[in-house]
Amino acid sequence: MSDTKAKLSSGRDYWRSLDDLASTPDFEDLLQREFPRQAVGWSDDENPVEGRRNFLKLMGASMALAGLSACTRQPTEHIMPYVRQPEELIPGRPLFYATATTLGGVANGVLAESHEGRPTKIEGNPEHPATLGACDPFSQASVLQLYDPDRSQALTFQGEIRSWGAFLGVLREILTAQKGNNGAGIRILTETVTSPTMADQLRAIQKQLPGAKWHQWEPAGPHSARAAATQTFGQPVNTYYNLANANVVVSMDSDFLASGAGSLRYARQFASRRRVRDDQPDMNRLYVVEPMPTPTGTKADHRLPLRPGDIEDFAWVLATALGVAQGPKTSDNGDVTKWIDGISKDLLRNKGASLVIAGDHQPPTVHALAHMMNAALGNVGKTVFYTDSIEATPVDQLASLQDLVRDLDSGAVDLLLILGGNPVFTAPVDLGMRDRIQKAKVRVHLSLYDDETSEVCQWHLPETHYLETWGDARAFDGTATIQQPLIQPLYNGRSAYQMLQIFTDSPETSAYDIVKGYWAGQHKGADFEAWWRRAVHDGVVPETALPTKMPAIRGADLSRPAEKRKLEGKREVIFRPDPTIYDGRFANNGWLQELPKPITKLTWDNAAIISPSDAHQLNVENGDLLQLTYGDHSLHAPVFIQPGHVAGAVTLHLGYGRTRAGRAATGLGFNTYLLRTSKALWQDVGLVAEKTSGHYDLASTQNFHSLDARRHIIHKGDIAEYKKDPESVHEGAEAPPRELTIYPEWKYPGYAWGMAIDLNSCTGCGACVVACQAENNIAVVGKDQVRRGRAMHWIRVDSYYSGLENDPAIYNQPLPCMQCEDAPCELVCPVQATNHSSEGLNDMVYNRCVGTRYCSNNCPYKVRRFNFYLYSDYETPSLKLLHNPDVTVRSRGVMEKCTYCVQRINSAKIDSEKQDRKVKDGEIQTACQATCPAEAIVFGDVNDPNSRVSKMKAEKRNYSLLADLNTRPRTTYLATLRNPNPEVE
Amino acid sequence: MPEEQQVIDKPESREIIAPGYTFGTVTDQIATVVLTKKTPLFWFGGFGVGLALLFGFLLAVAVLFARGVGIWGLRTPVMWGFAITNFVWWIGIGHAGTLISAILLLLNQAWRNSINRFAEAMTLFAVACAGMFPVLHLGRPWLAYWLFPYPNTMGVQPNFRSPLVWDVFAVSTYATVSLMFWYVGLMPDLATLRDRTNNRAARFIYGIMAMGWRGSARHWSVYETASLLLAGIATPLVLSVHTVVSFDFTIAIVPGWHSTFFPPYFVAGAIYSGFAMVLALAIPLRSVYGLQGLITDRHLDNSAKVMLATGLIVGYAYILEAFSAWYGGNVYEQSIFWNRMTGPYRYFYWSLVFCNIVAPNVLWFKRVRGTPALLFISSMVVLVGMWLERFVIIVSSLAQDFLPSSWSVFQATRWDWLTYFGTIGLFLFLFFLFIRLLPMISIFEVRTLLPQAKIEEEVQG
Repeated sequence: MSDTKAKLSSGRDYWRSLDDLASTPDFEDLLQREFPRQAVGWSDDENPVEGRRNFLKLMGASMALAGLSACTRQPTEHIMPYVRQPEELIPGRPLFYATATTLGGVANGVLAESHEGRPTKIEGNPEHPATLGACDPFSQASVLQLYDPDRSQALTFQGEIRSWGAFLGVLREILTAQKGNNGAGIRILTETVTSPTMADQLRAIQKQLPGAKWHQWEPAGPHSARAAATQTFGQPVNTYYNLANANVVVSMDSDFLASGAGSLRYARQFASRRRVRDDQPDMNRLYVVEPMPTPTGTKADHRLPLRPGDIEDFAWVLATALGVAQGPKTSDNGDVTKWIDGISKDLLRNKGASLVIAGDHQPPTVHALAHMMNAALGNVGKTVFYTDSIEATPVDQLASLQDLVRDLDSGAVDLLLILGGNPVFTAPVDLGMRDRIQKAKVRVHLSLYDDETSEVCQWHLPETHYLETWGDARAFDGTATIQQPLIQPLYNGRSAYQMLQIFTDSPETSAYDIVKGYWAGQHKGADFEAWWRRAVHDGVVPETALPTKMPAIRGADLSRPAEKRKLEGKREVIFRPDPTIYDGRFANNGWLQELPKPITKLTWDNAAIISPSDAHQLNVENGDLLQLTYGDHSLHAPVFIQPGHVAGAVTLHLGYGRTRAGRAATGLGFNTYLLRTSKALWQDVGLVAEKTSGHYDLASTQNFHSLDARRHIIHKGDIAEYKKDPESVHEGAEAPPRELTIYPEWKYPGYAWGMAIDLNSCTGCGACVVACQAENNIAVVGKDQVRRGRAMHWIRVDSYYSGLENDPAIYNQPLPCMQCEDAPCELVCPVQATNHSSEGLNDMVYNRCVGTRYCSNNCPYKVRRFNFYLYSDYETPSLKLLHNPDVTVRSRGVMEKCTYCVQRINSAKIDSEKQDRKVKDGEIQTACQATCPAEAIVFGDVNDPNSRVSKMKAEKRNYSLLADLNTRPRTTYLATLRNPNPEVE
Repeated sequence: MPEEQQVIDKPESREIIAPGYTFGTVTDQIATVVLTKKTPLFWFGGFGVGLALLFGFLLAVAVLFARGVGIWGLRTPVMWGFAITNFVWWIGIGHAGTLISAILLLLNQAWRNSINRFAEAMTLFAVACAGMFPVLHLGRPWLAYWLFPYPNTMGVQPNFRSPLVWDVFAVSTYATVSLMFWYVGLMPDLATLRDRTNNRAARFIYGIMAMGWRGSARHWSVYETASLLLAGIATPLVLSVHTVVSFDFTIAIVPGWHSTFFPPYFVAGAIYSGFAMVLALAIPLRSVYGLQGLITDRHLDNSAKVMLATGLIVGYAYILEAFSAWYGGNVYEQSIFWNRMTGPYRYFYWSLVFCNIVAPNVLWFKRVRGTPALLFISSMVVLVGMWLERFVIIVSSLAQDFLPSSWSVFQATRWDWLTYFGTIGLFLFLFFLFIRLLPMISIFEVRTLLPQAKIEEEVQG
């Protein structure tokens, strides 16, 4: 005990848990006496003493750093560094480990960057088929979730802290009692499960306890796609696409470029067909019909805003025109009728190289029609692929949940084990989950957060984050990834694998043994150890991608369209997962909350998104409160007017209005689940919207969107015209001659860093913004500060509209620092805090900055960000671990801005100098570049004419933003092109 | 020596000094204001208002230093707001004092003698208020000294290409010269107070401050030379300070700032607002202290004329600014002006046009110039108008510059207002202290205006 006290009072900077301190026999002894049940019931074979000793061995002579080891113990199981395999851990050099994030159960393979045992950054895994090295905002922000101080930190029983031993004791009693009736009183509720290991565990449970039932509920899962597959093919096949082979793509409300399984890969493939160059003069063509503008919609060559009801109509008319259905030939929506002829001809011209995609949220009929059209066009096997379902057990999840509700009502549920998810918050409102769940006798909720569901469960168990535990999951095509932990559980959590193991086996099994045990059973060869190491190391389990198949269409099932439902003075309600906090699970993640949502640029809130014409009709402005009534349910929500949104419909993003979610999220926004019934998970006619007197302040990062053509901000053109005259995209823009400056030219004898951003590839998804935030320790400022115009993002994605208010063309423009040659900021700083580097960067010297903010005033691109307050969190212990040690954490009163990730540049330069060579092209990837799914951002040395960036800058589409100011930016853009079909208009 | 304030009969006059004054009565009337033991009630009123606002200012500054400039309404495109507006406004107000004391001295304008003292004091206090803002507005005000070139271990010097560094020199030079000029001019009067006061402590302090002035011919000769020299040094400063301040804007590439005619425009505007402040102070002062005989309607009339003339220059500048924006064909410049006139700042813009161009035209009328109440109102209108002008130039240009994606509208917070009104409090506080402790009108210079002085000169001549 005295040792422990001495340890507390001396050396160690932090200790996180009792485990941490328990590294003395004395203390363990005390623990035994104090908490005998815990010590006996859950003796930990991951002995922290061993772990610490091993770690110190690795540290070798670096005893100076020994103090750090206390907070960053590595798990004892062997995890494999990915990119560089050092002989030993070198302090200051990050290691990368392959693992996977999941969203809706579907895996995205990533590499987690670890600095001395602390995961700090997520990158895409280039070898993983779903990410190909790119990353989405959710994965990027998952490190913040790991360190979230609001994560649940203790096991509680009715709000009081208990030990794991106490819980296990109770669970054992129940299980023993249930053995008698085959587990008939046991219900397990999970989210969508793709994990092969967990599927195996669940099967084993069902074998041992045949009466136990397993239910699944994924609030934003692809329910219709699953239903449609069953309806069309008689089996719940999984569909994925190859956009690289598609010349013509028709998206029926599918945001395939920015959301859903496989979107990173699709964005990469799609962009490869938009990268118009001398050697690739053509590009693909995209038609999009959708109610609410999405990143995919902004890339459309033809975009038609349609109400969801009309999209089904559109699918019928298009299918009829293609001869695969016997529906109506025309629609009562004149725009659809005008389009169909051109689209169908275009599709027929590109048989086998076209693609019709139905959105996840469209009704099964639309999916079925899309399947039939793709089959008729000969796209199956070329642009469309079918496999068995990647889910462990694909079920109709709504029916599954309703089944659970029936059992709850009948009092049949003795033990309800909820593994992850937040069904009280996310279940359809008519199921009354909050009251129903309480009919289960014993309710257990394993979750990352103590949330709305934990509130009504007696037992709340802290779950491990994916960076803290072993696991596995399948990607969009079935490829499995073994998730490896990078850090020991911060808060004494357990994983769902360990929970399930209790039902069949001893609770002492670690997740490592469970996962490894499962794969050992799967592996046929003899050399399992080597195979396992390889699979963990690569982040891809070989040969797990599901084989493609050609399921036969049972087309006769598809009858003629049902009578179309008229609006009758009402509106259509549209529910969609939120672009940044998804179904609400990321609500407490400041990075995602502050990431401006694509197109709307809203932060920290959702809203009732309506079209300008509806706003006019309702006589409302942004922020005015609407009363939304749908069926028996009603809700107040602020209006957000979105040009390009379809008239007669209201889009509501899910996930906000949390009542128990942590400091950041509780009370933010409006709970749109309160309108979402099991009858209409995604859309329905019958919403009444009425203006009320209230007003609510929304925080949008961009207030003015109109594209003043005379400013030449976005250079754009049609591909046909571009082919005739490449200069046509730059028409009217002028750049002064280079010598028109009184300052002497800078000389760059070594490197000259530059960047090129292809606007034709960029989808505006916002992944770069979060990647930059993670890489550069950018602070979160909160809704109030965003409203005051103080968001700190170093790179932002601007959206501009041109054309009609109700159907504008939307352009995205990512904007990092332009690193001007003749930088206006450098001139005006009175203390020389921003200077031109010998490699052409505008260096910002934080130490020297006194905060006159003159540089920001004089920056025409407004990329500089100022610390108006002390935004960086210096206090919260867990967030200290999050920071990238290579980047200064900025204090109050200093200016900051994009540095082209100068820490990465310098690291690569040091490496190259040690090897006496120049930095190779592509060796340095800025954070935004690395994460960009569309590869729109390219960085490199412009002194080297053969570098990718030099070649991009040599393209005819290349232009400088605000070139007329003669700032000569290092960051240049490639004009965006559209490929309209002359037959459509 | 009289304890009570002297009231001179028939003080109204069109001359620069009312008839009937003698050397003695001039000295008595001015010195009594300081030497009397009975502090008038309105002084406490005015001083109290100043003190209250000053406490508000201290609170605002304390919060500012504790939390950061985020307490103001600054946001990403509008990084300069009230602080720089107030800085330019106060510096501008200061200009009238130097103009009156230096340029009018060189131009032999005798009427300046009765207003130069408090106008110079006004300059000093205005510069004091102004000088605080560049420090307050810094993100890290404790490092403000980094703007000065001083030898340091870091081996770093300020960036001499930055107009903010030029500001440091311009404003500090201006403050120094103004203080010296004011103090040198005070010395003979301090000696008068030393000789007249009955209070030992006051005599000691005035005595120290008078620096041994005995009024010998040698003293006067040196004084005249020094005063002329200082006037000569101060004269270019009247033009240079606001020129340099205008460089803060013209050097930048921000549309609405980047313009070659800002220096004369700013200087005219400075004198315009400065004379407005002179009138706004002189009119109430002369009526409550019964100084109409010394600060006569002639003074008010002359000041009003200067105001009218500079106001017309400012009006011309507005028109020229709008014209060149249109004629220059620069899209950014054009839309800045269009947005100023029709955008979120249109109320500010049209108010300033009314205050600075339309309203002052009443000064064409002799009856208005002859009615102190109306003059007081129009000078207040001009002060408000000139503040609005700086606000519109600074804020509206920044709010809507090149990329529409970054445009947003500045909204002042209560701390912005408290800081601004707080410096008005500081100004009033210092000014009321000044009129209570020092002669607000130059005794010896007013005495030279008396007919008796001229006769003696003629006799000597």
